[in-house]
Amino acid sequence: MHSVVCIKQVPDSAQIRVHPVTNTIMRQGVPAIINPYDLFALEEALRLKDRFGGKVTVITMGPPQAEVALRKALSFGADDAILVTDKSFAGADTLATSYALAATIRQIAKESPVDMVFTGKQTIDGDTAQVGPGIAKRMDLQLLTYVSRIVSVDQDKREIVVERRAEGGVQVLKTSLPCLITMLEGSNQMRFGTMPDMFRAARYEMKFWDKTAAGIEDVTKIGLKGSPTVVNKVFTPSPRSEKAEMIAVEGGSPADVAVALLAKMAARFPLVEKELAKRA
Amino acid sequence: MSEETQVKKKRKIVLDERLLAYKGVWVFIEHERGQVHPVSWELLGEGRKLADMLGVELAGVVLAAPGEEAKRFCEEAYQYGADLCYLMQSEVLADYRNDPFTQGLTELVNAYQPEILLLGATTQGRDLAGSVATTLQTGLTADCTGLTIDPDNRSLLSTRPTFGGSLLCTIVTLNYRPQMATVRPRVMAMPEKVPGRVGRIVEHPLAMAEDDIVTKVLEFIADDSRDKPQLPFADIIVAGGRGLGKPENFQLVRDLAEALGAEVGASRPVVQAGWVELDRQVGQSGKTVRPKLYIAAGISGAIQHRVGMEGADCIIAINNDPNAPIFDFAHYGIVGDAMTILPALTEAFRQKLATLKQAG
Repeated sequence: MHSVVCIKQVPDSAQIRVHPVTNTIMRQGVPAIINPYDLFALEEALRLKDRFGGKVTVITMGPPQAEVALRKALSFGADDAILVTDKSFAGADTLATSYALAATIRQIAKESPVDMVFTGKQTIDGDTAQVGPGIAKRMDLQLLTYVSRIVSVDQDKREIVVERRAEGGVQVLKTSLPCLITMLEGSNQMRFGTMPDMFRAARYEMKFWDKTAAGIEDVTKIGLKGSPTVVNKVFTPSPRSEKAEMIAVEGGSPADVAVALLAKMAARFPLVEKELAKRA
Repeated sequence: MSEETQVKKKRKIVLDERLLAYKGVWVFIEHERGQVHPVSWELLGEGRKLADMLGVELAGVVLAAPGEEAKRFCEEAYQYGADLCYLMQSEVLADYRNDPFTQGLTELVNAYQPEILLLGATTQGRDLAGSVATTLQTGLTADCTGLTIDPDNRSLLSTRPTFGGSLLCTIVTLNYRPQMATVRPRVMAMPEKVPGRVGRIVEHPLAMAEDDIVTKVLEFIADDSRDKPQLPFADIIVAGGRGLGKPENFQLVRDLAEALGAEVGASRPVVQAGWVELDRQVGQSGKTVRPKLYIAAGISGAIQHRVGMEGADCIIAINNDPNAPIFDFAHYGIVGDAMTILPALTEAFRQKLATLKQAG
């Protein structure tokens, strides 16, 4: 069983700050992490390797410093890692990104056929959930999104049964390998890396693939050129036309403030008053 | 709702001759187990505005098993504002599966060429949108919080949070059509239903048989919704954030919610810290809510949270920082310690409800 896991290095969003005056993102000092959703994908691939043997290859497209994320993935037990990095990828939207990653996975499959491709359900910086489906369509793989559990794998018949989170319930789906799975969060728990894996990860000779190595033939499909969407502007939302009415009672207790608030609200928001009456 | 503070030079968008033929606004009508997802009606409300701005028709797109149900979905779509429905009926469309739905929607787009295609940002809508956009090789913007038309060039301007919800950005699709976007449930207001409003059906066959489809649905296990929080449709929500200091203090939020018969919500940091379960997270990476009353205690009001709750009719914010951004868009603000104000509010609301009860 050969699984390819696509990961992304993202800024730890909990620590992103916006400059109060210039409204620009302050990137300095924000630690980079593996997109947390991708860890569920990686763990699931490692479990398949535990059960069926084979290997796990982890890939990412990004700047050279994304090497750190790949080494981290290796320390958890991934066997191989490839960093797809090329200046011509800059400005890629999800369509261009899925083109480059699909090309990379095809190159990998030339050496060792790929049975499964895993991604996280989405990233925490882009939040689009579009790259997984994009790779599947480009490679003509069966697509299984929001998978909460792999129920069974039949290696001889090359069949897999999964539970997929749908609206209002869970779909149990059966399909054929190779397929692409986007893993739902909370579906498993990432293991701790072993000492030998940590040493191996530190010593691992990272593979850097530029666009040629990744087998990309059509340069009009990558980077800014291959991206149908562009960001027109970045901005902060404006306040409502009026700011909040501040409730304060001079020398008053919290109880006085609460009573004052309810009186004001009753006068201005009959809709809320009606809702409260329903609950009385 | 927004005011730009940073503008790049406006990009000129020139469409190829063949793309000029793309006209009209489409909304994918999502359904599961005989129920249309409410996000589809919300999108018809938004789609109506876009279609009117462009002076074009608004269409619902229904892919379903043959039968009365599919026709009923179309009739309902007219009442929510659609002028027509594209209807594709086939036994292979009985359950949602990626392959037949991707092929079906792609065939419809290629045959009838809409300039805008909107889908709900649900597990089904996102699965389908990403696949269709890749197949059509066009642009797709996820989780939009605002949609409008650029009067200069008729392009769709899609606004969405960016950088993990710290800023907003507006995204345009260049020389590609259709322009695709997804919107999360409850982000757009539910339009009024107009009984008796009618439209026309355009039927189109799907060239796909069951044997062509690799993935099979073995079973559908419906959720037991009784023990799940129903945040998106709650009328009153009491939410807490990091300003509460420690997980034990969150009990004060639960107490107020209980007094009001309200749902409990939370901001991302406290969900990530494990104080509150994931189902209760309000914001860009959690649930979008539109209650009549939203009480936020110890929540600063970062964009990532704001986009999930600013549709509330009345917002009360409690924060000890008078400069917290939440006071920019709340209706009422109390500067102070949530630890003392929450219990006072709980008591005041209890008395209020008792008075209302007596008044009958």
